[in-house]
Amino acid sequence: MTDASQTAGPMLAADGTPLKQSLARSLRRQKLRALFLIAPLLIFVLVSFIVPIGSMLFRSVENSIVRDTLPLTVDALQSWDEKSGELPDENVYEAFVRDMIVAIENKEHTRLGSRLNYEETGMSSLFRRSGRQIKKLDPETDGPFKEKLIDIHDGWGDVKTWQVIKTHSVPITNGYFLNAVDMRRTPDGPRMQPEDKRILVKLFGRTLFMSLVITGACILLAYPVSYLLATQPTRVSNMLMILVLLPFWTSLLVRTSAWKVMLQQQGVINDTLVWLGLVADDARLIIINNQIGTIIAMTHILLPFMILPMYSVMQTIPPSYTRAAKSMGATNWTTFWRIYFPQSIPGIGAGSILVFILAIGYYITPEIVGGTKGVFISNRIAYHISSSLNWGLAAALGTILLAVVLILYWVYDKIVGIDNVKLG
Amino acid sequence: MAALTPISRKPLSMVLPSVALAGAFAGIFVGAGNGSVPMGMIGGAILTAGLAWFYISVLRNERLAYWINILGFGLAGFLFTGIGGGILGLLGGWFFVWFTYWLYEGRYRRKLLPYLTAQQVFFHYLFRVICGAIFVFLITPILVVLPLSFNAQDFFTFTPEMLRLDPEGYSLKHYQDFFTNNEWQRSFKNSLIIAPIATIISVSLGTLAAIGLSQSHVPGRRAIMAILISPMIVPLIISATGMFFFYSDIGRFLEGTLGFNKTFVGYLKVILAHAVLGIPFVIITVTATLVGFDRSLTRAAANMGAGPVRTFFKIQMPLILPGVISGGLFAFITSFDEVVVVLFVGSASQKTLPWQMFTGLREQISPTILAVATILVVISIALLTTVELLRRRSERLRGLTPA
Repeated sequence: MTDASQTAGPMLAADGTPLKQSLARSLRRQKLRALFLIAPLLIFVLVSFIVPIGSMLFRSVENSIVRDTLPLTVDALQSWDEKSGELPDENVYEAFVRDMIVAIENKEHTRLGSRLNYEETGMSSLFRRSGRQIKKLDPETDGPFKEKLIDIHDGWGDVKTWQVIKTHSVPITNGYFLNAVDMRRTPDGPRMQPEDKRILVKLFGRTLFMSLVITGACILLAYPVSYLLATQPTRVSNMLMILVLLPFWTSLLVRTSAWKVMLQQQGVINDTLVWLGLVADDARLIIINNQIGTIIAMTHILLPFMILPMYSVMQTIPPSYTRAAKSMGATNWTTFWRIYFPQSIPGIGAGSILVFILAIGYYITPEIVGGTKGVFISNRIAYHISSSLNWGLAAALGTILLAVVLILYWVYDKIVGIDNVKLG
Repeated sequence: MAALTPISRKPLSMVLPSVALAGAFAGIFVGAGNGSVPMGMIGGAILTAGLAWFYISVLRNERLAYWINILGFGLAGFLFTGIGGGILGLLGGWFFVWFTYWLYEGRYRRKLLPYLTAQQVFFHYLFRVICGAIFVFLITPILVVLPLSFNAQDFFTFTPEMLRLDPEGYSLKHYQDFFTNNEWQRSFKNSLIIAPIATIISVSLGTLAAIGLSQSHVPGRRAIMAILISPMIVPLIISATGMFFFYSDIGRFLEGTLGFNKTFVGYLKVILAHAVLGIPFVIITVTATLVGFDRSLTRAAANMGAGPVRTFFKIQMPLILPGVISGGLFAFITSFDEVVVVLFVGSASQKTLPWQMFTGLREQISPTILAVATILVVISIALLTTVELLRRRSERLRGLTPA
């Protein structure tokens, strides 16, 4: 480059602009092109996936319904001391009647009733029953209302009713999250639910415990199989791999229905055992609609997710290491435990986290083979979405589950890396 | 490598106890079926050990021993319990005579390294048996469904007729029910509408994005990747909950404000939800294919005057097509097999095949489910084969020898 050394100053590109500038422009253009290609999908995923998840997170704390339906009452209740144990003043009752008349006209009072019913049973019927008679009152002429409301329904004479309305009048509430961990908002701050209503913490515990058991069972079953696959010649291991991949590719519903067929009281396993005489006909094993059923079926369903990462790690362990150890006098056990096993741990880690993440959010299989004893927290979420309609609680439960999964996912990313996810 | 290990005959003192042990184990089941487990064990041990001694010391003819044992056991099984027992007898007879000679002739060492100790040989075969049991666990549930779907009765288990291999015990009526029943047909049709459209959306958007992601300078690549993969990571029940809230609002907006047809909006919601779920699979497979893509090819095309679009369709697309197709198959199976999201987002008129199966399993349980399951297993075998063939083709195209 004699030219460059002779003329001092910046190096020039063909069109006369400085080379540095020209390169920067080209780089910028390249980046823009890449982003332009990614943009449609990114926007699509953001709008139709990330935003819905975000709206779920928001719904788990959102609670504007009380304030929107009873604005005057909520204001009037500010000056009432909920801990005094006395009923609120007449002005609260008057504000309440005014609010209710508007709400009844818009048919919103029953919705409010069912919202408050999640916190205190009986609220729903209280609102529904009083609605018709409150409508007949005229806020201008019929006062005072305190006595009249208590005449309409005893509930209005109960301090508890007003306490519930006041405690849940905040627009952003932690109430659903407290409910999700078996607590509730009270005038005295968060308190535990009564004994008979504490089910969710137990359910979370059971979900974690069963996911751990399933992960452990998967490790135990997957380790020998992956070892066999990794040590066989390619032709044999490809054949055996089909036995792993076929269940992996088969529809989840098919495998779940197969397990329902296998595990029933009149199912294949019990019939075989009875035929062999190992089990008496009137003492058939109960292995469905309980935890055993869920564990067996989900271990089977998630086993390929454990075998595949383990196999890909074990494939990379050179066989010469174990041979070297043996040639130096190590016993079989020492060779395995000191040489082979430590090198296979990354595979166990990757598979375990993957299986655990998948297991913890499972819904279909526990729903079908789990009965009442073998269900997971996700079944509770589905119940609150479709049956009890307590969507806020469902969203709070979902948020907690999501947090657990994201932490595990972060760990997985640290250990394995998302880029190393492989399929098939 | 170890095929040339010299083998030698083993003494009877090792063969007979081993065979007797196996015989006692089999005797447990026969004995349990006939009332007394200890009697079965003793009988089994004596019978198999005696036969082994007879074949080895008296008969001294392996081929004849095979015939005698297989036919003898088969006949005994047939006389006691009919055709099913007969088949079991044939198999059992073959196994015992094979096992006897396998031990006696020392064939079990033939494929092993010559210097292994007896203990190592034992553990080698014990390990094989354990692995075999795990493979049986993996594959049995799928294999059990296939014959049960031909059941002539409305039962979920093998009837005595089926065990006797009586043709009357089998029928195609569950398949007939699937192909004539309106509800099953409608759900099948819905699946065939929703899954392909969702696949097309996720494949076209996903391929473009994967190409973008594989460029050398992408700002915030890790974050983008994490967002695009997230539908695969987030548990389905949470995705479904989020989408339930979101899509019911969107649906109300589309129907109420813009006045779209209710059915159309219903399908649109499910299709979009499924498309999102399929995207991570497309991204992963296509980026994996692009890792091995030789970028100088596109530069060469540009050098010869092809525009970016032409280069893409003529050069890049044919080379990454196998990855795109297998990503598409993953996306298709995700949508075709998905039930949680459609359960939450869809309405009754978008009932898909998995949804129909799910309600079938939960409420009015009908063996038609098993016929559907069999059809789905056949479909998944076809898909598995396609993906495997594509993988090999892709490796060949990229100049690697297929593993």
